[in-house]
Amino acid sequence: MPDTGISSEPMLGAAILLKALQEQGVEVIFGYPGGAVLPIYDELFKQNSIRHILVRHEQGAVHAAEGYARSTGKVGVVLVTSGPGATNAVTGLTDALMDSIPIVCLTGQVPTHLIGNDAFQEADTTGITRPCTKHNYLVKDVNKLALIVHEAFYVARSGRPGPVVIDLPKDVVMTPGQYETAPRGIRRKKHKTYNPRTVPSDKAVEHAVDLMLAAKRPLFYTGGGVINAGPRAAELLRELIALTGFPITSTLMGLGAFPASGQQWLGMVGMHGLYESNLAMYHCDVMINIGARFDDRVTGNLKFFSPSSKKIHVDIDPSSINKNVVVDVPIIGDAAVAMEEMIRIIKAKRQRTAKVDIAGWWKKIDEWRSVKCLTYTQAGKIIKPQYAIERLYELTKDRETYITTEVGQHQMWAAQFYRFNQPNRWLTSGGLGTMGYGLPAAIGAQLAHRDALVVDIAGEASILMNIQELSTAVQFRLPVKIFIINNQYMGMVRQWQELLHGGRYSESYTDALPDFVKLAEAYHCAGLRVSDPAKVDDTIREMMSIDKPVIVDVLVDQKENCFPMIPSGKAHNEMILGRESTAEREITGEGAALV
Amino acid sequence: MPPKNPAASSDQAANLYEGSVPVARLKDSKIYRHVLSVLVDNEAGVLARVTGLFSGRGYNIESLTVSEVDKEKQVSRINVVTSGTHQVIEQIKAQLGRLVPVHVVRDLTDDGPSIERELALMKVVGIGKKRSDALRWADKHGASIVESTAKSFVFQMIGTTAEINDFVVGLKPMGLAEVSRTGAAAIACGDKAIDHASDDDGEADIKLSE
Repeated sequence: MPDTGISSEPMLGAAILLKALQEQGVEVIFGYPGGAVLPIYDELFKQNSIRHILVRHEQGAVHAAEGYARSTGKVGVVLVTSGPGATNAVTGLTDALMDSIPIVCLTGQVPTHLIGNDAFQEADTTGITRPCTKHNYLVKDVNKLALIVHEAFYVARSGRPGPVVIDLPKDVVMTPGQYETAPRGIRRKKHKTYNPRTVPSDKAVEHAVDLMLAAKRPLFYTGGGVINAGPRAAELLRELIALTGFPITSTLMGLGAFPASGQQWLGMVGMHGLYESNLAMYHCDVMINIGARFDDRVTGNLKFFSPSSKKIHVDIDPSSINKNVVVDVPIIGDAAVAMEEMIRIIKAKRQRTAKVDIAGWWKKIDEWRSVKCLTYTQAGKIIKPQYAIERLYELTKDRETYITTEVGQHQMWAAQFYRFNQPNRWLTSGGLGTMGYGLPAAIGAQLAHRDALVVDIAGEASILMNIQELSTAVQFRLPVKIFIINNQYMGMVRQWQELLHGGRYSESYTDALPDFVKLAEAYHCAGLRVSDPAKVDDTIREMMSIDKPVIVDVLVDQKENCFPMIPSGKAHNEMILGRESTAEREITGEGAALV
Repeated sequence: MPPKNPAASSDQAANLYEGSVPVARLKDSKIYRHVLSVLVDNEAGVLARVTGLFSGRGYNIESLTVSEVDKEKQVSRINVVTSGTHQVIEQIKAQLGRLVPVHVVRDLTDDGPSIERELALMKVVGIGKKRSDALRWADKHGASIVESTAKSFVFQMIGTTAEINDFVVGLKPMGLAEVSRTGAAAIACGDKAIDHASDDDGEADIKLSE
């Protein structure tokens, strides 16, 4: 392959596309064919280096690509047709945007001369996807196609990662044109406009370290940015935490960057975070946010958010800084680079032992820990959802395990009770909160990690939103496990109705659920059901022993609520543990209007 | 009328590093008017990206002008007049800055004195006293006549947004029939110029995937 420039032989647009994808190292595409992308599918048919995974719905394609991307750190690739193919992908694209997942989504489009004519299966894809992508392109000239593909991958993975759409009119992919290789060389070519800063300001980092070393009640608050910054960032985080002796909490998206087995780990922060984490957030005097974005699920009521702390915020995206919470020390840059600098400066500056200096703070934290906020009682004949997840963790922790989830109570219980010790093992829809995420994401993760155990911890309502993807799992022999925490309610909706709407369970009970065991069998999968707490372990073991997709229908306590909880509109120090009386936990006033 | 934006110079001294804005400034809840200039690649959809950002995030647009300013390099300049708290304005600038086709975002209000002009065309229809009043009013405000008939005038005025507002209000009882305004174009005073070849020292590349 030539080092730079244009290869001499003209080739069809579709062939240029495939060649550019190959050059970008693409191994897998998740897609669904249709009229506008037939020439691309024809090229796919003629080659063997890129594998196509046929999904059953385009939303599933994007979530599968997200699962692939999150579990590998690579860019996930999607190929869908025009019109409904593209519009069906929109939820997945929005999900990837909210959670900063690198995706390149190729969409078919009607031929250039028909654009704007309301042609069959035409949609204004670049218009529709503009607010739900990091960037998008409509390719009008086949000679620009290769460079657009290269640029799309660059944009998707650089800075704060995100989804990029390339809209491909059918005539463009059927026209011969020139291929161009990606610009490369020792001195890499700078992009003409998009050059996110990765190396933070020295002064900023030094200022941060000064605050850290003078802190009496410090706290690390880390997020998905650490995971996006790659495995090196997770290693540096561990080093930084060990070096400082500070406690650490993390958002939902950041779980696994620091091991849950670590002594300094407080557990997840936020609405369903742990008591000790939330109180530490409230009472700390220096907060070091690395790669988190002060999301409303984390901060609770902003007016009372961590009132006495100086805040340091490391983020690669300048727009995340001072967006929700005003910070004292903004550090714009890559999380790994920033942490490396912090470690270097701390080592150079420090003459004292932080562990001694903050002993009082640790004592306070240990008092909060002793509340044991996740306590539940597994008694009687009904399985507690927490118990099912805790057992799942115990029985799978020694294997290479990837956990995906849907959205709702089961997701929060999974975050609380499944303990992650490595990054990229926890795949959940955090920002958008997309029900139906977990199964396709599990498929993407399983495809990238054939020998690993991939479990979708699901709810019986969420799983039905993309249940068709079971067929994909079967076709590609991906032995994903679907562990349904079945309480026959949209549990989180029911919980909010209990707390906010006087227990009027409007439309949150699912009547006429399918028989999940028979459903699994209909898809040529295995189906298991368990309702006896004593049989949970055996069922999980059986699930793990079956080398094909399995649905496990775990019938759990219908009335169990997810606690602790910071009620909407409240501050971190007003969280409820679930041990209060019903009257004490009722949410009224301003909070009732929040989501 | 929004309060006048306090001189940014004292704050600028506290701006030790990129993204660092004094906390007191960010916590100021007053609304200020800002003129932003954004240099963008002149490509399809770029204006929609900018306006979509404003509408999607609930920011205010008082006026917006856009035109190509460098034909060879295909660079356009968008001037946006917006208002918000300092925190919101910082957020707008950061959001604009991360759009892929954006070269540079400048806050002309914060960066020191700047000149702001817009052009307005106003049609006045009438005879007799109204007509003579309108002529006098135009003369007083330095508006010129670009077209006239026995029953109408088209006035042209170049000035700040506030000057044109004043002129238009006064013209209303004098037979004002139609107004067409460009919105504000703006440029910084002095010898400093915006360079659209950004001086950022990042290490960007379009390299192959790992």
